[in-house]
Amino acid sequence: MAKILVFTEHAGDGVKNVTLEILGKLEGHSVDVAAIGDIGSDGLTNLAKYGAENIHVLKGGDLDQYSPEGYANSLKDFIGNGGYDYVFAGSTSLVKDVMPRIAGMFDAGMASEVVNFVMDGDTFSGTRPMFAGKCLAKVEIEGPKPHFITVRPNALGMSDSPKAGAGNKNDVSAVAGEIKAKIKEMVKSDSDRADLTEANVIVSGGRGIKNRENFKILNELADLLGATVGASRALVDADEADHSMQVGQTGKTVSPSLYIACGISGAIQHLAGMRTSKIIVAINTDPDAPIFTKADYGIVGDLFKVVPALTEELKKIL
Amino acid sequence: MNIFVCVKQVPDTESKVVPNSDGTYIETKSIKWIMNPYDEYAVEQALLIKAKESDTTVTLVRVGSIQGTTEALRTGMAMGADESVLVESSDNLDSYAVSKAIKGAIEKSGKTPDIILCGKQAVDDDCCQVPQLLAQMMNMPSVTEVNNYEFSGNDLTVKREIEGGSIEVYGVSTPAVISVTKGLNQPRYASLPGIMKAKRKPLLKLSLDDVSVSDADRRIKYSNVSLPAEKPEGKKFDATDEGNIESVVSEVAGLLRNEAKVI
Repeated sequence: MAKILVFTEHAGDGVKNVTLEILGKLEGHSVDVAAIGDIGSDGLTNLAKYGAENIHVLKGGDLDQYSPEGYANSLKDFIGNGGYDYVFAGSTSLVKDVMPRIAGMFDAGMASEVVNFVMDGDTFSGTRPMFAGKCLAKVEIEGPKPHFITVRPNALGMSDSPKAGAGNKNDVSAVAGEIKAKIKEMVKSDSDRADLTEANVIVSGGRGIKNRENFKILNELADLLGATVGASRALVDADEADHSMQVGQTGKTVSPSLYIACGISGAIQHLAGMRTSKIIVAINTDPDAPIFTKADYGIVGDLFKVVPALTEELKKIL
Repeated sequence: MNIFVCVKQVPDTESKVVPNSDGTYIETKSIKWIMNPYDEYAVEQALLIKAKESDTTVTLVRVGSIQGTTEALRTGMAMGADESVLVESSDNLDSYAVSKAIKGAIEKSGKTPDIILCGKQAVDDDCCQVPQLLAQMMNMPSVTEVNNYEFSGNDLTVKREIEGGSIEVYGVSTPAVISVTKGLNQPRYASLPGIMKAKRKPLLKLSLDDVSVSDADRRIKYSNVSLPAEKPEGKKFDATDEGNIESVVSEVAGLLRNEAKVI
């Protein structure tokens, strides 16, 4: 039977949801989890609940702070010693940064950002978007093991009835090795909103929003829904929104449960980045805007009137 | 100083893509090719460094097909890069083979790289692997998705934004691989004299054989390339008349709660 490892990141006292999504999907396999640094009690409980057999916590000097080389060196040793066939992880900023490096250390293949996968016996095959989601492709990995797979957050969904694993915690001493690129300083964001790529609800503004000022009506709706605010390329290019807010082919690809597009016409590169959202609401003055072809609920009207009215209405029912 | 910039040629982001007949890749005949948008920031950054550091050569490296066009290299040299190395291959090599080919091309160029700049990912296969893999293969440090770049001699201070908006500030010395993203700079347009000059700039052409890449280097196999399923048509409401707004938002709010069950 294939030996499978899921690498997880911490999220406060817990672990990132995408780890639990992956564990749920791997039900029926014996799966270990690895993390760098202590996992909080919430995290340990959830990992066991979703099927982790062994939870390995790597600790060592120079591993308190993330560095691509330190994480890669210590995980490479651990993965090699454990003889794992597959290594899964959520496709987050950190994993995108470090995982290709680890795969390279094994001369092994990595399937980036799959949105679904199956283990047929001991063989992985996945589905991944290409061209920001304009196409989907079946992806298989060849060549030396271990094979590496990263999974897009929110794509698999959480298992409704997870099968628990033993959840045995095991401390592993790890060596970070030589680190040439070091974090000198960390500037913490003051936003407590989820990142667009992990958000469950997104309220997004396009050209119709016109300027930064006007984002306040979107922020009010987003506050109410616990949503993250996004923007289209048109606004980012006009410097009316930050690049970190951009949804689309040269921004972020998102798949929330609810995407509310306000004043977004729906350029092909934008649609590519948000079409996998579960439910799409579009508000636009132009009844022929392409965004309406993707919308579950389309409202033709002036966003400056419709959005505040929607916010008021939702205040009543939430 | 030797700066290498890895560039990829990708279909224009405004273009429609359709799977090819055997589902192994896309139909490339009618595609308009452009330089990968993120690579433009890498080229621009190289030119900004060159403007400050005398004796700097900016070399573009591209792995891919020349069927139809070498748009990405021409654009980069017209912007001001000094020369190019092209490794001719198909356009759907995987990240591992591409990284190995780039490493081979850099070695063949005879120059020792100080900085290797890349776009953070190519917007065709969206793998986001080559810069990190290349750094590993070349035994160099890497910082990815950089949107702020300062340097003094061989010491770089680069910033990258991670999810949630926090910023990691890295210190790193050359040689290093840096992958860059939007927000770093404003890529210049190629000037007309630049375009004319680019035609006479050196372009070294290599084969995959020359850089010791073979079929055995393929790690990722794609099949069943297909268009995503279209959603069934949704419900559309007219709120152009102000009198309707209240009833429309009330209905949509109800649907979100009771039909879609997302709030």
